[in-house]
Amino acid sequence: MKIVVTGLGATTPLGGDVKSTWEALLAGESGISTLQQPWVTQYEIPVTFAGQAKVPASEVLTLQECKRLDPSSQFALIAAREAWADAGAPDVVPERLAVEFSTGIGGVWTLLDAFDTLKERGARRVLPMTVPMLMPNGPAAAIGMDLAARGGVRTAVSACASSTEAIANAITRLKSGEVDMVVAGGCEAAIHPLPISAFAAMHATSRRNDEPEKASRPYDVNRDGFVMGEGGGAMVLETEEHALARGAKIYAYLVGGSVTSDAYHITAPDPEGSGAARAVLSALEQAHAKPEDVVHINAHATSTPVGDIAEYTALKRVFGDHLSNIAISATKASTGHLLGGAGAIEAVFTVLALKERTAPPTINLDNQDPEIPLDVVTSPRQLPEGPILAISNSFGFGGHNAVVAFRSYE
Amino acid sequence: MALSKDEVLAGLAELVNEETGLAADAVQLDKSFSEDLDIDSISMMTIVVNAEDKFGVKIPDEEVKNLITVADAVNYIADNQ
Repeated sequence: MKIVVTGLGATTPLGGDVKSTWEALLAGESGISTLQQPWVTQYEIPVTFAGQAKVPASEVLTLQECKRLDPSSQFALIAAREAWADAGAPDVVPERLAVEFSTGIGGVWTLLDAFDTLKERGARRVLPMTVPMLMPNGPAAAIGMDLAARGGVRTAVSACASSTEAIANAITRLKSGEVDMVVAGGCEAAIHPLPISAFAAMHATSRRNDEPEKASRPYDVNRDGFVMGEGGGAMVLETEEHALARGAKIYAYLVGGSVTSDAYHITAPDPEGSGAARAVLSALEQAHAKPEDVVHINAHATSTPVGDIAEYTALKRVFGDHLSNIAISATKASTGHLLGGAGAIEAVFTVLALKERTAPPTINLDNQDPEIPLDVVTSPRQLPEGPILAISNSFGFGGHNAVVAFRSYE
Repeated sequence: MALSKDEVLAGLAELVNEETGLAADAVQLDKSFSEDLDIDSISMMTIVVNAEDKFGVKIPDEEVKNLITVADAVNYIADNQ
């Protein structure tokens, strides 16, 4: 059974939809800026910038949707609706449509706002929708309700690997024969003082407060941590048979998806990269492909000193000398790190790279780390003609590794 | 000083507008919250709690089910200020 991508959706720090996001990415723009919220100074937060959604959800959704959905679910709904419309909004049997939609943290705004309300105003003032808004399956459930998906609605939670894992899980659902279509992806809305402070406390995030647009700089010698972003990404996946039968536009094949775990350290990547390498190899095996077939990688590359090297080590294990032939894009340089939504938007970018035959640029690479001698794409680069293969990597706290592989559709 | 029923109605209409986006002038005494204004139990609870703050009244949970129309709510609030 072959699986194809027939719809894409996104709302990101670069744009409110796929088209504007992709154009800004190709133009080398940064979605990162200084936060103007009063809590930044009020709580003396050491990191004063982030990648906020370019188009606020309140400009897209109704008042009632905004009141009933956590910001993470709002981004999810926007991305999923775009992907569904892009797929032609087909009439499908609800029982044959599933959702695999992730978040890393879930409804953190709802949870913490509700706790503030409880402390300040008592239990009676806690909103009745608090529980469904804060639950991590809230985004998937909101999409399922919106699209009337009755074939199962699930949420993989594996920190920053979550939404790549969601796409990998979609393969399993489709191959089971239980469903014909899956809306897969992920979202995050964690630009809140607590998560920002917590990531800062563990020194995971950049403190380049005076140059926020230069702070996310994967592979650069002066990288000093990741930059938090928010938004969501979605794709419509279906069996090729189903897509052809309904005359759908097809972007690419989804040919592999693998999930492994390090069991090494709760936050640090395994420096040997063996778990990440196994995930890449397994995804390629599912694709019936050899490492030499890969022409493009959308790397996890969060711009942390340790993480970028660990991923390089893993890639070197898999690809050996061929690694220097692969066009590597680290798009978090422009978008920031969307945590549980990162894999979803990067999968969208990977699919577009194959479809448009263009690898997107990695900005802010002023002085490449000599310990990471990758061929990093710094301006839009044409990819070869003919059938080509690309992968997208995501790794998360907890030792999660997830990799998806796409092949161009001829 | 206690508010008049017209003032309570105006204040309640503001709360309904904030919660649901409904135009304030759609909130009229003879309208049913659920049937006419399409306000579900979750929005109703939010409006009730906000009304308690705004008008300085207590509206017990067991009383909420009796507030069928806007007039029911306005009368309850006006009588219990």
